[in-house]
Amino acid sequence: MSTLVSSLEIISRIDVVMALLIGSIGGVIIGAIPGVGPAIAIAILLPATFAMEPIVGLTMLLGIYGSAMFGGAIPAVLINTPGTPVNALTTYDGYPMTERGEAPRALALAYGASFVGGIFSVFCLMMLAPVLADVAPMFGSREIFLACLLGMLLVVIAHRGQNMAAGSLLCFGVWLQSIGLEPVGYTQRYTFGLSWLSSGVNLIVVVLGLFALSQAFLLLSGRDEAPAPPILKGGLFRGLWEVLRFPHIALPAASFGTLMGIIPGVGEFTAQFLSYTWAQRISPKPERFGRGAPEGVIASEAANNAVPAAAMIPLLALGIPGEALTAMMLSVFYVHNVIPGPNLFRDQLDFVLALYLCLLILNVLALLFLIVATRPLLLVVALPNRFLGMAILTLSFVGVYSLRNSVTDCLMASAFGLLGLMLKRLSLPIVPIILGMVLGGIAENKFRTSLPRIQSPLDWINRPIAGVIFAIIVAVLAIHVWSLIRARRGRSGALD
Amino acid sequence: MSRTPEGAPRGPEQLAEPRHHRAEIVYGLVAFGVGLLLASQLGSELSWQPGTIFVRQPGFVATLAVAGMLVFGAFELFFAWRRNASGRGESMLGEIIDWLRAAEYAAWFMAYVLIVPNLGYLPTTLAFCLSLTLRLGYRNGRTLGAALLVGLATVIVFKGFLSVKIPGGAFYELLPDGIRNIMILYM
Repeated sequence: MSTLVSSLEIISRIDVVMALLIGSIGGVIIGAIPGVGPAIAIAILLPATFAMEPIVGLTMLLGIYGSAMFGGAIPAVLINTPGTPVNALTTYDGYPMTERGEAPRALALAYGASFVGGIFSVFCLMMLAPVLADVAPMFGSREIFLACLLGMLLVVIAHRGQNMAAGSLLCFGVWLQSIGLEPVGYTQRYTFGLSWLSSGVNLIVVVLGLFALSQAFLLLSGRDEAPAPPILKGGLFRGLWEVLRFPHIALPAASFGTLMGIIPGVGEFTAQFLSYTWAQRISPKPERFGRGAPEGVIASEAANNAVPAAAMIPLLALGIPGEALTAMMLSVFYVHNVIPGPNLFRDQLDFVLALYLCLLILNVLALLFLIVATRPLLLVVALPNRFLGMAILTLSFVGVYSLRNSVTDCLMASAFGLLGLMLKRLSLPIVPIILGMVLGGIAENKFRTSLPRIQSPLDWINRPIAGVIFAIIVAVLAIHVWSLIRARRGRSGALD
Repeated sequence: MSRTPEGAPRGPEQLAEPRHHRAEIVYGLVAFGVGLLLASQLGSELSWQPGTIFVRQPGFVATLAVAGMLVFGAFELFFAWRRNASGRGESMLGEIIDWLRAAEYAAWFMAYVLIVPNLGYLPTTLAFCLSLTLRLGYRNGRTLGAALLVGLATVIVFKGFLSVKIPGGAFYELLPDGIRNIMILYM
C-alpha cells in the first residue's frame, strides 16, 4: 500500500503531469502525421530528456510511444495512409468504411479498440508485476545472455522473406557496438587509428540517422502527396461504445498484442497480423475483411496498441529491449544510472508502479484528446511531404548536435541517414541494426560476466530458467526451419 | 514517394512475403563487401592474446559479428542475384539515382551544422528553413511563413524551454550586452 501511495505521489508531481500531457497529446499529433511516427519523435527528443528526471523523461517518451498509434489511425482510416507503420492493417478496413461514408464510425472503432488494447495491456502489466518481481531475480548473467540471443534470433526470424538481410543488418549492429575500447582488456577494436572512434559509435547518433534523417531525406527527395481528408459528419461516441459489441475480437486482439509485445524482437507487425488473420478466421463473413469490416479495424488497432505497455515488461524486468523504441528508452535509464532489470523491481517498485499508472493515464488522455480534437487534427494529416521533410531535418539537428556539439556525430548521422534511406526504399528493415547494437552490447557484457563460472558448454543451460530459454531457442529454430521446408514443398507442389 | 513510414506493410500478405526490388542486389553487394573488408582487417584491428582461448579473446564478439555479416551478406547477395535472374522488375539505375539525389539533402544538413557555431542557432535555423523551403519549390507566402514559424518554434522550444546544449554563435559576440546574453542563453 505504501508503494502505491509513493507511486501516486510521483505521478502527481507537476513536471510528471506536464510530461504526461505533452507526451500523450504530442504522440497523438505525431501519429496523425503520416511520415513522422513515434520512432522519429522519440529519437529527436531523446537528448532533450537526458536533462530531465528519469520518470519525467520516460513518461514523455512513453506518452509519445503509447498514443502515437491512436493518432495513426486517423490518416489510415481517412486517406488510406497509415500514420505509423503499425496502423497499416487499419487501412484495409478503415478506408473502405470511409468510402462508404462511415468515416466517424471507423475512427471511433479504431479509437475504442486502441483504448481497449492499451488498458488491457497495462492491466496485464500490473497483474504480472508481482510475478515479475519474483521471477526477475532468477535471471542471472547466463539467463540474460540467452534471452538476448533469443531476442536476436527472433528479430531475424520475424522478418519473413528478408531473413538474410535482417541477419546481416543485425550482425552489422553487433559489430557497430563492438567498435572502440573493449571493456575487459581495454584494447581497441576496429578504430582504424581514428581517435574519435575510441569511445565507440553512439547509439543515439545511429538512431537519429537511421530513423529521423533517413525519413527527412526520403520525404525531401520525393513528391508531395497530401490527399485532402474527407469532411467528418457525425459524432464519435456511438462508435466508441460499439467496440464493446465485439469483445470476442477486441480482447483476443489485445492478448495477441500483449503477448507479442513481451517477446523481444517480434512487436506490433506480428501482433496485428496474427490478430487480423485470427479475427478473419473466426468471422462468419470472412469475405468482408479488406472491404470495410469493423472487426478488421478492431483487430488491428487493439493488437497494435497493446504492444507498448507489454514491451516495457522485458525492458523493466530484465533490461532487455524488445524493439527499437524501448531500445531508445533504455538509454534514458542508463543516462540517469537507473539500471532496469531484476533489482529495479526490488529497489524501486514505486518507480515501476508509477510508470504503469502513467501508461494507464496516457491511454485515457489520448482518447479524450481524440474525441475533442479529431477535426482540427485533419489539418496536420494534410501537411505536404517535403515541407514535413524540411521540418524533420531541422528537428534532427537538435537531436544530433545537442548530444556533444560534434560535427563528426552529425556527419556520421548523415551517413546513417543515407543508409536508412536506401534500406527504406528497398523495404528492408532498420530495426535489426538498433537491436543488434543494444542486444549485442548486453549479450557481450553478460557473456563475459558468465565466463568465469563456465567449465563446460552444458554449464550455460544447467539452471532452470537458462534451460527453458535454451529450449525455446531450439524450438523457435526448429519451427522456423520446418516452416521454410513446408513453404518450399508448397511452392514445388504448386508448380507440379 | 509514399508517405508510408518505415517498414509499413501493404497488407497481411506482405508480412508473410515482402516485395523485393531489383536494386536489393546492391545492398547484398555492399553487405558482403563490407563483411569481406572487415574480415580482412581482423588481424590488425583486433587484439589477439596468445594462449587465450577464442571465446575469451577481446575480439571474439566482433569476429562473430563480421562472420555473420559475411555469411548473411553472401546469402543475401545470392538470393538477390537469383531473383533478378529469374524476373524483370523496376529499373535498378533509376533507384540508385534516387539514392544519390537524396545526398543533396545530407549536404544541406551538414551546411546547417557548420554554420550554426558561426552565425548562431536562431538566425541559421530561420535561414535554413526558409532557403530549403524555397529550394523545394514552395513560393507562396503562407508556406514560407510556416517555414519560418517551424524554425522559430524549434529554437524556442528546444533552446529556450528545454535548454538543450547548443552553443551561442560567434556572431552573437558582436551584439550589445543585454541582447547578447539573451541570445546566447535562449536563442
